[in-house]
Amino acid sequence: MFHFFKKILKPKEEDKEKNIPENLSSEFIEKKLYQEEHNKSQIDQDEIPNGEIFADIQTNEFDTNYAQESNLEETIEKTGQNLVENFLNLFKNNEKIDDDILDEMEETLIKADLGVETSAFIIDNLRKNKNLLTKENLRDFLKKQFLEILELAPSSILNLKNGLNIFLITGVNGAGKTTLIGKLAYNFKNIGKKVLIAAADTFRAAAEEQLDIWSKRAGADIVRNDGADPASVVFDAIKRAQMDQYDILLIDTAGRVQNKFNLMEELKKIKRVIDKEAAGNLSESMLVIDATTGQNALKQAEVFAECVDLTSVALTKLDGTSKGAIIVAIAKELKIPVKLVGVGEKLEDLREFSSKEFIEALF
Amino acid sequence: MFESLSDRLQNIIRTTSGQSKLTDENMQEAFREIRRAFLEADVSLKVVKSFIANVREKAEGQEVLKSISPSQQLVKIVNDEMVQILGGENKPINLFGKPAMVMMLGLQGSGKTTSAAKLAIKLRKDGKNPLLVACDVYRPAAITQLQTLGKQTGIEVYSKDGLTNVVQIVEEAVQYAYNNGFDVLIIDTAGRLQIDTQMMAELLLIDRTFKPSEKLLVIDSMIGQEAVNVAQMFDEQLNITGMVLTKLDGDSRGGAALSVVYSTQKPIKFIGVGEKIDALDVFYPERMTQRILGMGDIVSLVEKAQENFDEKQAKELEKKMRKKEFTLEDFLSLQKQIKMLGSFGQILNMLPIPGIDKSTKDLIANQGEKQMHKIEACIRSMTPNERRKPEIINISRKQRIAKGSGIAPEEVSAFLKQFEMMRQMMQGMSKMTANMKKNPIATRNMMRNMYRQHSSKKRRR
Repeated sequence: MFHFFKKILKPKEEDKEKNIPENLSSEFIEKKLYQEEHNKSQIDQDEIPNGEIFADIQTNEFDTNYAQESNLEETIEKTGQNLVENFLNLFKNNEKIDDDILDEMEETLIKADLGVETSAFIIDNLRKNKNLLTKENLRDFLKKQFLEILELAPSSILNLKNGLNIFLITGVNGAGKTTLIGKLAYNFKNIGKKVLIAAADTFRAAAEEQLDIWSKRAGADIVRNDGADPASVVFDAIKRAQMDQYDILLIDTAGRVQNKFNLMEELKKIKRVIDKEAAGNLSESMLVIDATTGQNALKQAEVFAECVDLTSVALTKLDGTSKGAIIVAIAKELKIPVKLVGVGEKLEDLREFSSKEFIEALF
Repeated sequence: MFESLSDRLQNIIRTTSGQSKLTDENMQEAFREIRRAFLEADVSLKVVKSFIANVREKAEGQEVLKSISPSQQLVKIVNDEMVQILGGENKPINLFGKPAMVMMLGLQGSGKTTSAAKLAIKLRKDGKNPLLVACDVYRPAAITQLQTLGKQTGIEVYSKDGLTNVVQIVEEAVQYAYNNGFDVLIIDTAGRLQIDTQMMAELLLIDRTFKPSEKLLVIDSMIGQEAVNVAQMFDEQLNITGMVLTKLDGDSRGGAALSVVYSTQKPIKFIGVGEKIDALDVFYPERMTQRILGMGDIVSLVEKAQENFDEKQAKELEKKMRKKEFTLEDFLSLQKQIKMLGSFGQILNMLPIPGIDKSTKDLIANQGEKQMHKIEACIRSMTPNERRKPEIINISRKQRIAKGSGIAPEEVSAFLKQFEMMRQMMQGMSKMTANMKKNPIATRNMMRNMYRQHSSKKRRR
């Protein structure tokens, strides 16, 4: 379905030639982690009285080959079925497209969290072309509508250049920032990049530890200064990234709801530090949005964009039952593209976003 | 965009009929508007439809059509119906069993761990002796997170490093609680999808083995249309006993509250309202209703004010105002008290101000906040003597204050001028109220005259 991350970020020739010491290579760490977890799970199975259920959980949980791609396909089929079935059902009794059908279609879009306004916008366009629409071309027409809206935003391809690439990752509490950073680090590591992580969430309990574990799993380095001012952690991380010539610096920030003035000021300060100390190196200012979020996501994007000049959105937890269609409203209103999609809890569960495939999956 | 529902309905009824009457035609549009308000607040469509059908039936039965202010009547019916669905009154937490057991469950990132710690503090305040049990064995550092929270709050956390069998962890925790005199176990479980049958089986196993007296589903108040499916599926599989709605300190309208209660018929028992560790409130249906309908939350504001204002201090202040003894120091302490109510934005958001949308409110709040900061810096750069007698501030003092507080000397002058004006106004006002108290008949006459003048003007028009 979606391209694999590594397929798109094709490693350059020079990267391949770089010698990665054996004890640092991601494959090696991956293997080791796998072995460790596997051993652990076997021990645990012996201890469990009702072992059968857990045996299942654990084999799947720790099997690294488990559902790399099927995960997303499954997800999207599930999402897709809902919408398509609904549309098809509309035609069972009446073949002509009338206002009732359009109303019901609008509801289907609303159910996907598209929002009242964007749904009405799309349905109004359909209504204008009511005479041209037939059962056959309706779906294509809708797809075209969606694509046009999504293409209002710039390209979905990650901005990457030679030298240091800084990723500033922001979002509300519990959106999945830290997990996303773990996955990003792993993927960059996989294509031979030198990755540094800045643990600038110095507020939430054990956020740094969580990031520490992810960084070890991914084989990336980390800058930590627990309890310090987040902007100072970012400063230290930039200095280190510049000195040791890292390719990628991923900045994790504390979750914050966008109506808290002081916390948003803190974020602006981080942005100022980046702009001052590493002007031109900020490749992506990325907002992480939970796919289950409703209309508030639009407000989030609006306020964060104002604060840190968002260049992209990462949509997480798309392996759930939500469709995350609020991103269409975000593309329409704010012209911010989605670039990454999170589809699970494992390191590999990260995909590059493609408008076409997202729409294809919806309908 | 976010005007309150009653304003919107009023507009519709006026524009369609030219007068404030509800007719068959604008009834249709009024309900469309109610539907829209709900959908914008993220109430699930399924719930919106059946809710509106109910309200419509009631509205027709109560002859809203003939009432004097139909829009208000309609809003009242909507409001009452919502309050009733959301649970009428607050349902207390059930703690039976020795030790009693509360299980927290929900999607990833909904706020289970934080809510577990907050709940523990709440129970300890109620005289219980809670033990937190770390059962999120999957997410990296989830156990450390709970341990850190435990350290911050002084509540003991039971955890077993490297053990992934949660049933065993709970079993040992029960034994530990029994031996050490803990009477409530709060179990923090891993986040999971409601469709992940294997992960759901883990919860089911805990449930069957230990029969917790509370199974609380933790739900993010920002959740969209999926709220119904999520809540329903968790409930079907585990028969939850209640819900915790989190992140209500954000600016989402929280329509999910209505969705989840409507579809599961289970009560919301607590709400998470902030990053601070004691920011867990009991759930009030009336307030939630007002929030969903965008009508502000005056009740909370008044309560907060009552909590934070010291009556004795207030009386002293009043006295000072009357005698023109009100100094910059008093001003500073007054400002501090206002701050205790919350940020400017929080206060403003609790007030229902018609015609001002959310973004304007935020703008005003930001500017107000900045102004307050400036004034505070200004006063703090003055000597105690200057604060008491602002008259003595001459040019060179002004310049020193400006340098110390980092604001322009003109701004210092402007502030001092404002303060002087305010002081005079306060004095005048308190004199007036004092007179009114002393001489009620004169006051009544004065009022009557004012009324007459006002009404004669009207007649002339």
